[in-house]
Amino acid sequence: MTTITVEASELTRKYGGRAAVNDVSFTLNKGEVLGFLGPNGAGKSTTMKMLTGNLAPSNGSVKICGIDMMEHPKDAKALIGYLPEQPPLYRELTVDEFLTIAARLHRVSRQHIKKAVDIAKQRCGLTEMGKRLIENLSKGYQQRVGIAQAIIHNPMVVILDEPTVGLDPIQIRDIRALIKELGGEHSVILSTHILPEVEMVCDRVQIIHKGSLVFNGDIDVLKQQRHGNRLLLGLHHAPAHETLLAIPGVERIEAVDGKLLRIHHTPGAAPAEALVQAAVNQNWGLFQINPDQTSLEEVFVQLTFQEPAAA
Amino acid sequence: MIVNIARKELKGLFSSPMGWVVLALLQFVFATFFVMGVDQYFLTMSGSMRPDQRIGVTEFVGGNVFGIAPFIMLFAVPLLSMRLISEERRQQTLPFLFSAPLSLTEIVLGKFLGLLAFLSISVAFIGAMVLSLNLWADIDIGFALSNLLGLWLLLASYCALGTYVSSTTQQPVVAAIITFVVLLALQLIEYFLAGDPSNTVAKLSLMRHMEPFSRGLLDTRDLAYFLLFIITFLTLTIRRLDADRLRG
Repeated sequence: MTTITVEASELTRKYGGRAAVNDVSFTLNKGEVLGFLGPNGAGKSTTMKMLTGNLAPSNGSVKICGIDMMEHPKDAKALIGYLPEQPPLYRELTVDEFLTIAARLHRVSRQHIKKAVDIAKQRCGLTEMGKRLIENLSKGYQQRVGIAQAIIHNPMVVILDEPTVGLDPIQIRDIRALIKELGGEHSVILSTHILPEVEMVCDRVQIIHKGSLVFNGDIDVLKQQRHGNRLLLGLHHAPAHETLLAIPGVERIEAVDGKLLRIHHTPGAAPAEALVQAAVNQNWGLFQINPDQTSLEEVFVQLTFQEPAAA
Repeated sequence: MIVNIARKELKGLFSSPMGWVVLALLQFVFATFFVMGVDQYFLTMSGSMRPDQRIGVTEFVGGNVFGIAPFIMLFAVPLLSMRLISEERRQQTLPFLFSAPLSLTEIVLGKFLGLLAFLSISVAFIGAMVLSLNLWADIDIGFALSNLLGLWLLLASYCALGTYVSSTTQQPVVAAIITFVVLLALQLIEYFLAGDPSNTVAKLSLMRHMEPFSRGLLDTRDLAYFLLFIITFLTLTIRRLDADRLRG
């Protein structure tokens, strides 16, 4: 039994002569949550449209659980739940009516429709809203209805394009919990430009920039880059660098500004304790020591700016 | 699946006052012409003594109602068909249908049949009115049915054209205006080219193919014309939507 749910190979989409998405390949396993990151206009939505069969790729192919999107679009689409950037809602209908239609169109069998609607509403916190017109719901609730229609048929792959836009912090927390929960049994692809969100819910991250993948890997790798192997040390009476370099694990030292020093240490080694000990013993006037974190934003900026330099 | 889309369309039509109001207005107009027809029948017939002047009640009253129906529908259909696809474009709800396990053909046929089912309600009401004459007169059922079939095919053609025009724009109002103008042109060809009956262009006229039905004549050429008209525009609609997917 294969556990690969999404397989995109060499996806390319050209508008005129310009490639909006260029040669993007990746696979996604069952139970994984994949975060799609990228600046505006990087090709996130275009890639998602191609994955869901809303847009034909100029080149390359998409396979959902081994079913080719080009050759058997109906079977492949039945396995997908998709929330586009703009939630597709029929505003003149009530939440119940809309979700019933969604269930019907996604081949939920007749006797299970009511149950499916109830479960989807419950998962998205819409239980009280069944009889309300979608038009009259707030943006946040409309977003939830959009998510509800994407998961109503219990699809293998859920694709969410910026699912937390327009939600209040509590709703965002709920939706993130929901996404994590979905990740247990389904595969989830979500795009976002909120970086902490990726760190919170995703197992894997892809960063797309100007249509090409510039990073594809575990979230841990990204976290590693973020945490780095650096300590920020503040000393009033800093000793000579050689003294510090003598402490096991310390590899390199750079002065930041004034009394702050950035200590690069070997991965895995934790010279913090030894540094503090030495500082106290030799009266260096230690006033600050903390891990030097690059923010995820910085990593992101690095990755998206490196590319042109490398090319 | 086609049925599910059609049901969705019907739900959309009936969930706003629009659908109800249009149905009610149509019924009001047709009923007025029906009543006028029944009223005038006695007046006219009491004045015409010679047998060749006398025509049946079905033809007289039916002619009244079925004569006006194509023109009334000329206004009603664009109003109903304009939203079919353009509204989905404007509200960006097309991805909802595109990412569901449906083929484009199913989507387009479903939408077309949903609208046609709605208009069929109006046709059914007309049928019920005309057939109600049977309570006190012996009406020509075949004549009435042929008229109903003709009207229904004409409406289906209107719908097919409306569906296509609606798929080409984002603005429902633009779709309505274009549909109206094209349908009007297809009706008027007949009048413009009245002097030259053999003109090929005149053969495109919808009314020309409707006319035999209104005489109670079923001609396969006319049936074929309507079917081809419908298939052509539905195919064009499918191609138009497919172009969305291909060109984005």
